[in-house]
Order: sequence, then C-alpha cells, then structure tokens
Amino acid sequence: MSERDVMEYDLVVVGAGPAGLSTAIRYKQLNPEATVCVLEKASEIGAHILSGAVMEPGYLDTLLPEWREHKPAICVAAQKDRFAWLTQTRAYRLPTPPQQKNHGNYIISLGSLCKWMAEKAEELEIDVFPGFAGATALFNDADEVIGVRCGDMGVNKAGEHGPAYAPGVDIHAKFTVLSEGCRGSISKQLIRKYQLDTGKSPQTYGLGFKELWQLPAGRTRPGTIQHTIGWPLDSKTYGGSFLYELDDDRVYIGFVTGLDYADPNFSPFEAFQQFKNHPINKKLLDGGEILSAGARTIVEGGLQSLPTMDMPGALLAGDSAGTINVTKIKGIHMAIGTGMLAAEHLSEAATTSGFDARWRASKLNAELHKVRNIRPGFNKGLWRGLLTAVIETVTLGKLPRTLQNHADHNSLTKLAEHSDPDYQWVERQLPPRDRLASVYFASNAHEEDQPVHLKVADTDLCISKCTVEYGNPCTRFCPAGVYEIVEDADGARRLQINSSNCVHCKACDIKDPYEQINWVTPEGGSGPNYQNL
Amino acid sequence: MKIIACVKRVIDYNVRVQINRDGDGVVTDGVKMSMNPFDEIAVEEGLRLKEKGVATELIAVSIGGSESQQQLRTALAMGADRAILVENDAPLIPLGAAHILLRIIEKEQPGLVILGKQAIDDDRNQTGQMLAALWGRPQATFASALEINGEKASVTREIDAGMETIEVDLPAVVTTDLRLNEPRFVKMPDIMKAKRKTLDVIAAASLDLPSIPNVVTSNFSPPPTREAGIKVESVEQLVDVMKTRGLI
Ligand SMILES: Cc1cc2nc3c(=O)[nH]c(=O)nc-3n(C[C@H](O)[C@H](O)[C@H](O)COP(=O)(O)OP(=O)(O)OC[C@H]3O[C@@H](n4cnc5c(N)ncnc54)[C@H](O)[C@@H]3O)c2cc1C
Repeated sequence: MSERDVMEYDLVVVGAGPAGLSTAIRYKQLNPEATVCVLEKASEIGAHILSGAVMEPGYLDTLLPEWREHKPAICVAAQKDRFAWLTQTRAYRLPTPPQQKNHGNYIISLGSLCKWMAEKAEELEIDVFPGFAGATALFNDADEVIGVRCGDMGVNKAGEHGPAYAPGVDIHAKFTVLSEGCRGSISKQLIRKYQLDTGKSPQTYGLGFKELWQLPAGRTRPGTIQHTIGWPLDSKTYGGSFLYELDDDRVYIGFVTGLDYADPNFSPFEAFQQFKNHPINKKLLDGGEILSAGARTIVEGGLQSLPTMDMPGALLAGDSAGTINVTKIKGIHMAIGTGMLAAEHLSEAATTSGFDARWRASKLNAELHKVRNIRPGFNKGLWRGLLTAVIETVTLGKLPRTLQNHADHNSLTKLAEHSDPDYQWVERQLPPRDRLASVYFASNAHEEDQPVHLKVADTDLCISKCTVEYGNPCTRFCPAGVYEIVEDADGARRLQINSSNCVHCKACDIKDPYEQINWVTPEGGSGPNYQNL
Repeated sequence: MKIIACVKRVIDYNVRVQINRDGDGVVTDGVKMSMNPFDEIAVEEGLRLKEKGVATELIAVSIGGSESQQQLRTALAMGADRAILVENDAPLIPLGAAHILLRIIEKEQPGLVILGKQAIDDDRNQTGQMLAALWGRPQATFASALEINGEKASVTREIDAGMETIEVDLPAVVTTDLRLNEPRFVKMPDIMKAKRKTLDVIAAASLDLPSIPNVVTSNFSPPPTREAGIKVESVEQLVDVMKTRGLI
C-alpha cells in the first residue's frame, strides 16, 4: 500500500472561490516568504462556481487593481436596473430598491474571474491545486486544527482500494482557512465541533438555478439587470429571479427559492422552469439555446446567523461562514473583503484568535448590520416582508430590533396537514424538459466506481417514515435528480442515490427534514464542469 | 532505452463542444483543456516500462502553443523525466506533426515512441502511422498490451476481428488503445517536483521542416437536430406512414 504523504505549509486554504483566493493572495502579498497552498475540489479552478453575478468591484480594486485590464471572459458594465412583480401573465414595474442599484458594478462570470485570480496567485508562487478536495480537518492533541487531509483517489464503490489507489495527502499548516462557500463540508464539521453557532440564529439558505443562453441576434440590451418577485412562487414562499443581459446576444437567467419553503411537494427546479415560461421571458428565450446550466445553494441568514469565524488554528472566510449581503444578493465583494481581512489578521496577529472580533469591528460587519432584518421580515410572507424591507431601508437598519431566522430542515408541513397551493403553473415549452436534460448542460463527470458521497444515515427511515410524513421531498428539491425512490421486482420500495448526477449544490444536506443526509466530498476533480457561470 | 511519449492539448472530454458564432471553429474561450486521454495512456505505459527497468528515461513531447506546457507539466507530474514543447501556433495536419516529431526523434534517438491512437479533437488517427513511415521504422497501432523483449516489442492490437499479437523490431512506433492501461492519479508532491523538471521549448520554425500543404476547414455546422417522433397505434399505420414518407 502506498503511504500517505505529508506536506507542510504556512497557510492552507480550502476552496478556490473569491474568499479563498483573496486570502491566499493577500497573505502572500504581505508575506512573500510564506508558503501558501489552495485546494480546490473542481477539476479546474472555477468549474464548481456558480454565481449571478453582479459584482461590486471595490475590494477587488484594492486587492488586484490590474483586474480591470484583464477582465474575465464575461464582463459587462451594469447599465439599467429593473425590478418587477410578476403574476402568471403580467409584470408590474416596481421602483428598484436602493440595495439593488448597480451603477458602477459589473456583470461577470465568477468562475472565469476565479480562474484569472488563480493565475495571479500562481504568479505569486502560491501552490494552487485543482482536482484535490479537502476531506476532513486534522487536529493535534490540544484539539487545535493543524491542517486538512485530502480525499483518497481510486477507491471503488465498495470502499476497496482500486489499482490506481492513491491516499490523499495530509497538509499540515500553521493556519487553515476554510473558504468552501455555502454549506462547506469541513466548515460544517468545525462549526459543530467548536460550537461556533452557539447563541446565533439558525442558518437559513436559498437554492439558486442559473442558465447561460445564446439568443438570436438583436434581442439583448447589454448591461440590463432585472430582478423579479412574485409568480411562480406564492406569497408565502421567499424567492425571486435574476436576468442579466450580456454582450454577444447572451443572457444569464436564474431563480433563487428560499429553502425555508413549507410545501413538501414543491420543486425548486420546476419553479425556475416555470419562471422562464413567463411571457416576458419566453419571448426573449424562444429560439435561443442553452450553453451551460447549474445550481448552487446560497446563504441567507445574514448577521444574526453568522457563526464565530475563528477557532484554534483555523478561520472561516466568505460563505463558509455566510458573509453574503443577501438583501443585495451580493456575496462576492464580501467574500473578497473577508478574505483580505483574514490574511491581514493572520499576518499581524500571527494567530487565528481575535479574527472574529476584528471582522465584527470592520466595515463588512456594518454592511450586514444595516440590512439584517430584511430577509427574516419575509418569514411572514411577501407583503409583510416588503413592508419590513421599506421600514428597515428608510431607517438604515437603526431600529433597535433584530428579527430571527428559522432553520430550513424543519420548515416543511407534513402531508397530513398540507393541501397543495395553486401556483398557477403553466405547461412549459422551453428546454430543458427535465432535470436530467438540465444536468447535461452542467457537463457533469463523476468516476462511477467510487463510494457514494451522499451519506444517508438510515435509508429505511426514507420508506418507513419520510414517505408517509413528507412524501420523500429529496426526490423534488434536488436539482439534479440524484434521489429516486424505486421499486424492486418484489414490490419493495427503496431509496436509490444517483450520486454521479450531483452538481454539489448542497441542498440535500440543508433541506432533508430528518437531517440525515451528509454531503461529503467525492473523489477530487469529480462534479460539474461549469463554463462561464 | 529512451522512450518518447507524445502529448496533445485538447478540449476536455467532458466539455460539450460548441461551434463558434462565425462557424469557422469551435469555442475554446473559457473551455477546459486537458491532455488527450490516449496520450495519458501513452505516458502511463512509458512510466510502467521505466518502473520495470526496461526504459531509462521518459521524455514527453508536445506540439502547440505555449499553453501546452500545462499538459506537459501534467506528464512530468505523472513521472516523465523531462519534456519538450515544439512551439507552433499555426494550424497543423498529422503529416506536419509527424515531420516535427521526426526532428525530435533524430535528435533524441529513442528506442520507442508511444502516441495515442488518435486525438479526441479531430479523431484523425494518422500521426503515429505517418511518423513510422517517415522514420522508416515498424509500427504497432491500437495497442492493448505491450511487452519489450530485448530488441523486440510484442504488441497485442485491437482489430476488428478481435486481438492480434505482433512482434516488431525496435526502435518502433506504438499507438495506444483504451485498454492498454489505466493512467495513475497525479499526486500533490509530484506536482511540486514537476515544477522543477526540465521543459525545453523549441520554435517549430527552427527545425528546418519541409513545406507541408495545410488543410483549411472553412465551415463547421452542428449535426441536424432530430425531429420529434410520432406515435403509431398499429403496424398497419406504421407501414402507411413509412409509405407516405417514401421510406419503403
Ligand atoms: C444563484 C446565485 C446567484 C448569486 N448572485 C450573486 C451576485 O449577483 N453578486 C454577488 O456578489 N454574489 C452573488 N451570489 C453569491 C456569491 O456567489 C457568493 O457569495 C460567493 O461566491 C462566495 O464566495 P466564496 O469564496 O465564499 O465561496 P464559493 O464562491 O462558493 O467558492 C467556494 C469554492 O470552494 C470549493 N470547495 C468547497 N468545498 C471544498 C473542499 N472541501 N475541498 C476543496 N474545495 C472545496 C468549491 O468548489 C468552490 O470552488 C450568488 C450566489 C448564487 C448561488
């Protein structure tokens, strides 16, 4: 058997998103002699990144001002903002909320930006390792984090070592930074171990879908940014759409639904597809073709759900903690700003301790404080939510109250107490037909012969309890059709997990009503191969 | 014995290939690029021969733009000893590639040259054969097993009728088929070592090449999309429909 290698670094960063790359780059800018590495589970930097994305450029201008001369493959200056409330057939223009004004911002592909940032990191002699997933944190006897273990390669489905078996490397580092994005798997382990969420409001999430379309010539107005609320959701469900018009007759179209929805029969994928068939969109998309597509969860809890961001030996940065400004749906600048602050803290203090306090004394905290009550305001429905939003915006968040969040896993109504709402959904005509057709546009690839990376603790419970209580909602909330209830020849029903379809969105880890699905990293390099998302 | 393994940078096999808007090529902007999978098998086979003590040195050779250094670094991280990039941005047909490889062979004098049976971008399946002819040495294509016995190589080939084992005198050209081996995973410490290995860059123009006519592809178009089918109720109706469409 081959032995497990150990590599030593001053700083190991898990996840090459904006938070992780900014941490690594800033640290190396401040400490040119230090050794720094960045792990990324995608086969290529940016291939697992899915974001809107309208970016506020401020922090990036500070970190890497030259980005403006090396714009990502997709980069269009924001021009016009539109905001509308939809019914099934109509769109009513609303005044654009101040948080959603985008003058000076850019519509980008975050995946492409990260690819470029990774090149910059390599120029600074940071070791960037795409295709290597951080599997678990490593601890010393004093229970401090001392690094991470990368996932093993070449293990077969039964858990045995195949001919190409290669044990994952142990990376030991003075500091470990977790920047895995929304619902990070190691971050989850550490938040639990160090009880970083004690005294915080429960975290809450949304599930976002996005497609890149190539349209017939002449339909787009590059730089136009449109957000909608209302149909195809009912007023009890939080969520909305985005439509960003790009150059070369391309558009980004997407939809985010709050994962605190109550209807056990609801399908977030179907909601997105319905939205595309609204008359305003259908006209735009008809005759075009999908270039790429995917799904990813997004943190929505804001300041009151933000865990303590430091622990012995390690830090959380970006959406691993949940620094996104959900009212603006903007997390990129916050991730970059937080990454830079983390690097500055580690260089100056030479310890992880004190980072949480430093962050909370920073501008980043102030930005989230101002908007902290807007998302939980929608817990009582769309109309109460809009009212709260107006009040909190006018008072700049200065009212002496903080509304609380509720957890997503226990927000479903039981079937016995549930009646299907009428969403007024239509028969749809635009592609993709179903979730499998949609996964095709994610260019997904998992080695088939590897252990299932979606660990369901008790699959009997799915049949004995979940079918009765909730009708197996995993078969509906998963954007990629990973979960199926199948019937064997003898008529027995069982859960089948099509793990190779998984697009790493993490919705199952969040929404399962029994909290028994644990998303762990599959073999490094597996998963979607997003292009320009 | 020295071995040369040839490596081509291609669009990754997981990518959905799209035709560009001008219709004169495919989209490569923001697209994931990788080592041609058959070439990965070639590198792996070279490494195994080295590990068996049959070969003393494995050299990875690529022809392409400077970006192809990425794929050569991967070959070095897998375990190749050094690499050569023949820098060439002009379009190249297999004959041109074979002439360039011949120049490298003349200089390095390898005992074995291993190439993928084809590259998954244009699927031409010609370079190995042309190289053997220009070099005036034997070729064993579509190899699914390879054994070196002194001055000879015994190669099992996948052919239409099944398997065929042939013996060729070395030096020779071997092209790899899918079942030859399963390439290893690249290990992180080896990626670090690969950064320090020699990678020579030679300009194609400096190789004194004969002039080779090029083939220009002027237009790409996607295969026609399949029209939705219709459901028929009976065999009679099926026959009717086929008749009215002039199919029978
Ligand atoms: C649908 C949608 C729309 C959005 N729109 C906008 C917008 O318009 N503007 C805006 O500013 N923000 C937007 N956001 C939010 C923004 O994308 C995030 O806030 C931001 O990406 C967070 O950055 P991050 O670096 O923390 O995490 P991420 O960008 O998620 O990056 C995390 C990286 O870590 C990798 N990783 C995770 N776990 C591991 C592991 N264990 N080992 C190795 N690698 C790992 C992942 O593959 C990924 O590459 C949107 C988000 C979504 C989902």
